[in-house]
Amino acid sequence: MTQATCVQRRALLAAGLMSALPGARGGERRTLTVAAFPLVDEIVKAAIPHWRRLHPDVDIQVVSRQYADHHTAITTALSTSVYLPDVMTLEASYVGRFSQGRGLDDLSQPPYLAAQYRSRFVPYAYDQCLNQRGELVALPTDIGPGTLLYRADLLAKAGLGPADLTQSWEAYVNAGVKLKATTGAYLISNAQVVKDIVIRSGLKPGEGLYFDRDSRVLVNSPRFVRAFELARSVRRNKLDARVNAWSNEWAEGFKRGTLATELSGAWMVGQMANWVAPDTKGLWRVAQLPDNTFVSYGGSSYAIPRHSAPARKALAWALIQLLTLDPAMQFAAFKSQDAFPALLATYDDPFFEEPLPFLGGQRARMLWRDAARRITATQVHKQNNFADEVIGTELDNVLEHDKDIGRALADAYRLLGRRAHR
Amino acid sequence: MTMRVPSALRLSPRWAPYVLISPFLVLFAVFGIFPLCFSLYLAFQSWEPTSGLGAMEYVGLGNFAFALEDEWFWKSLKNTLWLGLAAGVPQHLVAIPLAVFIHTSFKRLRDAVIGAYFLPYITSTVAIAIMFSSLFSTDFGLINAGLHSLFGGENIDWLGKAEHIKPAIAFIVFWRYIGFNVVLYLAALQTIPKDLYEAATMDGAGPWQQFWCITLPSLKPMIYFGVTLSVIGGLQLFEEPFILTGGKGGPDQAAMTSAVYLYRLAFDFNDFGGASAMSWLLFIVVALLTWLTNRAFRSRRSEA
Repeated sequence: MTQATCVQRRALLAAGLMSALPGARGGERRTLTVAAFPLVDEIVKAAIPHWRRLHPDVDIQVVSRQYADHHTAITTALSTSVYLPDVMTLEASYVGRFSQGRGLDDLSQPPYLAAQYRSRFVPYAYDQCLNQRGELVALPTDIGPGTLLYRADLLAKAGLGPADLTQSWEAYVNAGVKLKATTGAYLISNAQVVKDIVIRSGLKPGEGLYFDRDSRVLVNSPRFVRAFELARSVRRNKLDARVNAWSNEWAEGFKRGTLATELSGAWMVGQMANWVAPDTKGLWRVAQLPDNTFVSYGGSSYAIPRHSAPARKALAWALIQLLTLDPAMQFAAFKSQDAFPALLATYDDPFFEEPLPFLGGQRARMLWRDAARRITATQVHKQNNFADEVIGTELDNVLEHDKDIGRALADAYRLLGRRAHR
Repeated sequence: MTMRVPSALRLSPRWAPYVLISPFLVLFAVFGIFPLCFSLYLAFQSWEPTSGLGAMEYVGLGNFAFALEDEWFWKSLKNTLWLGLAAGVPQHLVAIPLAVFIHTSFKRLRDAVIGAYFLPYITSTVAIAIMFSSLFSTDFGLINAGLHSLFGGENIDWLGKAEHIKPAIAFIVFWRYIGFNVVLYLAALQTIPKDLYEAATMDGAGPWQQFWCITLPSLKPMIYFGVTLSVIGGLQLFEEPFILTGGKGGPDQAAMTSAVYLYRLAFDFNDFGGASAMSWLLFIVVALLTWLTNRAFRSRRSEA
């Protein structure tokens, strides 16, 4: 410890002396700052020893903040161009929002020329990092292929098989009725979850979720009507526990087996096994989402701020390449943090075929690998967060106060129309 | 032994006052004046914040027009007024009799009682919000348990239903600020001359008449002050609803006050220009209501 500080101090002294000498450079330590939120911060920290071997004179400092604080902090940093990190981590739902502005470097341009790596990534993960102007604002590192988790024991009790859940959304609801009648378990935590997926399914390539390319509002399209109707039939059949994800009641539902299925990202299996309901090990299985739906739940990517220190941009890019393009690094993150890789080169590894004990030995990663390849990117509009909330509120009005679906969507349409071009 | 300061470092009497007052002025300029001016400037700009400061674009009154046409702005204003009235009016209706009661009935324990009432005011909002979110919990909360044992019936989903969250928050705000108002009124009560009451007693006035004819009129200036503070505080209500609803404003945005909404508009929905315009509109509402309060109290005074 003391020795280390001694060395550090001597190095500092030396650096000070050297900078005093005209023309003398080199040997000075540089520090690369990476702003990240939990779990990605761990992944970056875990990569430091490897990075040190490649760049012994460059330290990495990880600035870690909680999810929401992280994104508020980088918004502030980008807006003022002060305290900009060299590398920024972006969560999937924020990529669209940050890509609207001009605060991030276009990685497809020199000196990065990252477009050449396009074929190395899961297609949707790469496409999601492109903005409307065709700029590549980030490179993907991990993804969250959507999956259906179900309690195999409860299903068996109700005399159902996985196909009864996945054939169509109507089949999923019907299976829920049977499940409730025989086992008393709820089908899903909240009817909103069903709506969230159904509005994301059947999107044409390049079509947005709530707005199209020209900011026209899409919420009165059949996909929303269908999503609302399905959610309402879930509620009317009393199939949802009416709890919110990550609440105490929600976790308790999984522990006690009163929730029979969950629609989420593949990473949910890790969350379940680690803390939500570790005692239900072996009782769960996964399947593709009903009605051949392939959607993504979260994911992360790395970006370089346009106004970060130019002298360190090359190093920042080297670090991003290491984290996203090096199969060993991607694998390390997959194994330690359940970060499903965005890099295709990892997909042929036997690791994907290993059985998962929490899922009773199911080889689930192959399923997710397949899903990842079939997800398509959706255009994210600037008003996406607002639209999310408006649609969620209108569905609540339908579910709680029996508001007419047509009227609910018309109200949402009006609200979003006023915002579309702001 | 006195230290001798070199004359070059000595403050001339001419500059000393400015230097000594400067710490406050500098802090006030940085954290008070500058944000104020910046938000006024922003209110006339369209700005994508992630593009940097250079990306601002002058839009004239566009943001104000947007705010005035925005349904959620009016919704949040209605929420704010509802909460302001439901939390503010009872504060004073309860604080005045309570202050009189404490003033007349407690001698030695007086300070301890005031302290107990004042405690919520100086407690961190976060702690209060966490405590109340467990008190208001649907299945495990003390409030539902109490209601159930008194009246029976089903458990109420206090924080998850649009129609229940407003009363819940109004109650917390009432509970939190009542002690502050009690302290205000106690201070005012101490300034009422004792001989007024003695004379009234001699003339045969009962305690009720004394309260109506002496205490209440004498408290009027303090009521004016207290109501003004409640109006301003009520219209700027932010922390309690923000923390209790996880920063979202609750189901159907029923607990989204104007302050919560303009925070969200900027930081969740990325519209700093619109949010700045809204904050100035809110300022106009605050100023207007403060002026109306002032008028209400003044007109009665001139009648008397």
